[in-house]
Amino acid sequence: MAVQSLSGGSLSYVQARQSDPLPPPTLVRGPIAWARQNLFSSVPNTILTLVVLYLLYLLVPPLVRFLFIDAVWTGADRAACREDMAGRPVGACWAFVVDRIGYFTYGAYPVAERWRVDVWFAMLAFGLGWLLWLKAPRRDIGAAYFFIVFPIASFVLLTGWRAIGLEPVSTAFWGGILVTLLVSVVGIVFSLPFGILLALGRRSKLPLVRLACVIFIEVIRGVPLITVLIMANTMLPLFLPAGITVDRLLRPLVGVAIFASAYMAEVVRGGLQAVPKGQYEGAMSLGLGYWRMMGLIVLPQALRIVIPGIVNTFIGLFKDTSLVYVIGVFDLMKTIESARIDPQWAAPTVSNTGYAFAALFYFLCCFGMSRYSLMVERRLAAGQRR
Amino acid sequence: MSSIARAPQPAKASFVNDPKVRGIVYQIVLVAVIVGLVWMAASNAIENLRAAKIASGFGFLNSTSGFDVSQTLIPYSATSTYGAAFIVGLLNTLLVAAIGVVLATFLGFLIGIARLSSNWIVARVATAYVELIRNLPLLLQLLFWYIAVLRSLPEPRNSLGVGTSVFLNNRGLYIPRPVFAPDAWIVLAAFALGVVAAIGYAVRAHRRQAATGQQSPVISASIGFVVGLPLLAWAVLALVAANPISFDLPIKGTFNLRGGLQVFPELVALTLGLVIYTAAFIAEIVRAGILAVSKGQTEAAHALGIKPGHTLRLVVIPQAMRVIIPPLTSQYLNLTKNSSLAVVIGYPDLVQVFMGTVLNQTGQAIECVAMTMAVYLTISIATASFMNWYNARKALVER
Repeated sequence: MAVQSLSGGSLSYVQARQSDPLPPPTLVRGPIAWARQNLFSSVPNTILTLVVLYLLYLLVPPLVRFLFIDAVWTGADRAACREDMAGRPVGACWAFVVDRIGYFTYGAYPVAERWRVDVWFAMLAFGLGWLLWLKAPRRDIGAAYFFIVFPIASFVLLTGWRAIGLEPVSTAFWGGILVTLLVSVVGIVFSLPFGILLALGRRSKLPLVRLACVIFIEVIRGVPLITVLIMANTMLPLFLPAGITVDRLLRPLVGVAIFASAYMAEVVRGGLQAVPKGQYEGAMSLGLGYWRMMGLIVLPQALRIVIPGIVNTFIGLFKDTSLVYVIGVFDLMKTIESARIDPQWAAPTVSNTGYAFAALFYFLCCFGMSRYSLMVERRLAAGQRR
Repeated sequence: MSSIARAPQPAKASFVNDPKVRGIVYQIVLVAVIVGLVWMAASNAIENLRAAKIASGFGFLNSTSGFDVSQTLIPYSATSTYGAAFIVGLLNTLLVAAIGVVLATFLGFLIGIARLSSNWIVARVATAYVELIRNLPLLLQLLFWYIAVLRSLPEPRNSLGVGTSVFLNNRGLYIPRPVFAPDAWIVLAAFALGVVAAIGYAVRAHRRQAATGQQSPVISASIGFVVGLPLLAWAVLALVAANPISFDLPIKGTFNLRGGLQVFPELVALTLGLVIYTAAFIAEIVRAGILAVSKGQTEAAHALGIKPGHTLRLVVIPQAMRVIIPPLTSQYLNLTKNSSLAVVIGYPDLVQVFMGTVLNQTGQAIECVAMTMAVYLTISIATASFMNWYNARKALVER
């Protein structure tokens, strides 16, 4: 009754009639709703989705066909991987990688002595695991192992020492993943201590120390790695007294160590700057000297902050080790380059297979490291999270 | 015994423990070590060079080089000097760096924005691109583009055609070559004038908007100036005299392509590799920059009734640029330094020509290495000073 009387009155904005029920809500869950929201929400989005899908259609199926479906998994020589001989379309020639995996891993390291390289790989994995696993016990011993014991043991193990029954193996025979890892490890083992020293020097109050460190860091960071490597390769022998020959593998190692130190120094400097001034002042008020202040108070905090930065630098270094290829050191890329033109495996898809193998190796290593760095970053940020 | 009776004096620090004295001693030791090392290295080098009968000094720059370079931007032949070879290499490095910087910026921004897209598949593909490309060595990518892609393109007679005047084969990319008639400078001058006019108009429009709040059609006017003026000049010239700028199109013959501009496969591969690699890093920088603009800024802009496009252009991007520009500059620097990987695929850049061929021919390692490094250092320092200047200009002014 009341409604009737109102509608009959002058209140024209009051609805006279109950409105129709709204249609039920469109799908809000389920795959179709998801696609509508995320892929086809508007006309430009739909076009974009279709374009990307078309690109994926162009790219992914041939790749899958090349890598897996048409791939040749077994075979002894090029006959298995040539279309005219195998009688079917041939994709990746994994048989080539299987056949040459020893060469890709050890280079020309004598077959009878390859167990030494395997032991070295295991020692490396052990040391890295100890250092990188954040909850590992006694990581200080781990650091001592990785930065002191491990380098000496590696040297003895890989180059050989007659007195303990290890045949000497010339570095000219080293190659493949062994050299790639070796160059990276030398880079990290030397760059971390030198980088810390350079970073401390750059923030030192002594003007000459600061100047020397700044010049070193900025010059090295300002030039490409290739020029440093070529410099190490051509100029190192010049700077040493006549008669001293520098090992062909040692030269790039020196170059990489110098190069990595400069980059590491900047990473560590970032950490030093992030430590609050109160920490320095607190240490000084306790009467600690410079080295104890740095070693006991500042560096432990600074290094913890820059673990992700160190890992990122290491990823860059790991990728850059491939440049030793340029000065003729047989790293993984160089072994692939020399194996892919071997007439025994002369087949059209062998080169691409070699590159695919290298890509897989580098991607797994670098992607794993970057995930690790993200994980550490998240853990370090946990204290700041609200 | 008397010391017990006296009031305790503050113990005077030993001379050895005085930090000032120590500092001076440390510095003297450091300088002595550096000077000693340099002196030893220099004396060894002089002796070694004398023993190997290698000349020193920069006199070799004036002697005849005796080798050819495949791609030269200035006239150069085997009878030119080593100095000319240096310039050729330098220009080739700058060429690939310039092309690379422009294309990598474009691709990087595209992918960085795509990573933040609300379109699921676009964001995922962009993420996959970044993760894949960043985690593979540039050297591997260059070899892939050069050997696996460009070297396995068809022979010239079966060239792949893009349209009717761009061809791709295993000898490179063939594009139309502009041929300038004598009076073509008028068109170029009109273009320059158009650019100046567009800039002037934009400045005036900005002032007008600041003063009165009225907006001017800056974009359409700029396009009108930059495109319209040269077109007008071209049309007038074509009517009055002959066609001022014609194109020499590559023509497919029976066995080979004739005419056009041949871009060598080395340059194509190097550009491709550098652009794709650097774009992945730029994409991450762009993404981080956009994410660094707080959400409140976008929401405030929307609350003021600003359209989404304008929000992006007037509110988000100017603030994001402050975060983006410094790391972007260092990526440009990285691209320039990475262009030295040209040596792997034989593109005649500075390192390949000067640290490779010239160094091997003359044996003057110290001079060649020093000159090459000096070039890269100069570029680095120039970029760094630009960055400092920009940072100082764009830094937030806080009280």
